[in-house]
Amino acid sequence: MSNGMMIHKYRHEGLNIVLDVNSGAVHVVDQPGWDIINLLEQGYKRNQIPRTLQGVYHQQEITEALEEIQTLMENDLLFSADYLEGYERAPEHVIKAMCFHMAHQCNMTCNYCFAGEGSFGGEKGLMSREVSFRGVDFIIQNSGLRKNCEIDFFGGEPLLNFKVIKETVDYARKKGREAGKEFKFTLTTNGLLLNQEVKDYLNEQGFSVVMSLDGRQKVNDRVRTMKNGSGSYDSLVPEYLSFVEGRNHQDYYLRGTYTAYNQDFFEDLKHLVKLGFKQISLEPVVAPSEAPYALREEHLPELYRQYEHIARYYLKLYGSENTFTFFHFTLDLSQGPCIKKRLAGCGAGTEYLAMSPQGHLYPCHQFVGKKEFLMGDVTQNLQYDRDLYQQFLRVDINRKEDCRTCWAKFYCGGGCHANAHQFNGDLYKPYTLGCRLEKKRLECALGIQAQLFLNHEQNASKEASREP
Amino acid sequence: MKHVKTINLPDLKSSLREGGCGECQTSCQSACKTSCTVGNQACQRESKDQKK
Repeated sequence: MSNGMMIHKYRHEGLNIVLDVNSGAVHVVDQPGWDIINLLEQGYKRNQIPRTLQGVYHQQEITEALEEIQTLMENDLLFSADYLEGYERAPEHVIKAMCFHMAHQCNMTCNYCFAGEGSFGGEKGLMSREVSFRGVDFIIQNSGLRKNCEIDFFGGEPLLNFKVIKETVDYARKKGREAGKEFKFTLTTNGLLLNQEVKDYLNEQGFSVVMSLDGRQKVNDRVRTMKNGSGSYDSLVPEYLSFVEGRNHQDYYLRGTYTAYNQDFFEDLKHLVKLGFKQISLEPVVAPSEAPYALREEHLPELYRQYEHIARYYLKLYGSENTFTFFHFTLDLSQGPCIKKRLAGCGAGTEYLAMSPQGHLYPCHQFVGKKEFLMGDVTQNLQYDRDLYQQFLRVDINRKEDCRTCWAKFYCGGGCHANAHQFNGDLYKPYTLGCRLEKKRLECALGIQAQLFLNHEQNASKEASREP
Repeated sequence: MKHVKTINLPDLKSSLREGGCGECQTSCQSACKTSCTVGNQACQRESKDQKK
């Protein structure tokens, strides 16, 4: 086999799953099919296979399975060729999404915060209305013909600057209308200032909201602490619940971070589901390896097991009143993003920038404060560094050796640039631990899709047999 | 088919020609902010087509 073809075969919950990487087709195969695909992958010719498997399976079975596989290959659904070799992303110079760091200060002191209690290693402070408005002007000026533009209000804790958030939303809506743009807003908050006024506002304005809570009280309160050292769980849970129920569980994520302290994070997921949350995201902590809570290679087998538990639990509750969404298991295999989106990855530095309270621009929120990545200053002009743009444009999955040959590349889009830089000092070398977790999550997500497909097929066949 | 069940009929290759409108949500804005995932993003064009 050649032509850059790539498959990924794995077993999940008793199923043999084969992903054809280039087409994105996912197959569930029986044992003869699995063995034949395995031989073809090793380079066996089609006509060598019946003799190779003689005595293992009946000849008729081998012939049937081979014919099915041949049909898939002819339809470019198995061992399909790489059609992206040499493809390069064209520079469009369209920035349509920004992360506004409304506050480089925080009302919490979470141990693992990558923002250093909100200041990102710099001065504490709030974004002024003038800077925030310039950020809106920047998006309008630099988003070309794109209609949909995005602002994520981020921090530190952005609700420390709620007044400017509201003014910015009004300004963006007004300026957006004039320019034919539609702004969508996200707020990422630790929830401490989520009072009724804020809740009503976020619902009225159609915000997507990302709220932080790590799970069980002892897990959350160990790391997500208030300034006085006490935990945040007791004050957050009732507020979060009333908020998500008030918006009928639409457009939010309850986002937790797991660390080496809670390697049994399946228990945290279950806890959040039992509390009544339905949109959940649990993310591995990003931390220097010497931190006591940092995740390390030796934790991986346990972390993998946790994802397997979550996948089983997801299926168990699927279709019930307790159905939940787990961010990393959400996959639409037939109608997901186009290949250009998959190549572009997160979009940092190319369609997405972050802006500090001072108006300084960076490729994304995790680069804020790193001077070598400073891309502009909206208080001076509405331009950005085209060399850095070009640098980020070039770092795609075709140009990163580890990504080019990885089966997961069209699902992760090449991983997090900031993690690559932090751990390897090189945008072209992805953060391996993150990659391995991502691959496990994907295997579970694809496995869930396969099981849902088979369940559906089985139910349909039962229905059909009941019909007179 | 008896030995192989294909659970999806993706159209990734043709999306190279037809995709790339860029109107979808920027992936890191959604829920993670720390680990990149692209495959779980929704296509804005398709959701618009479905509403028609």
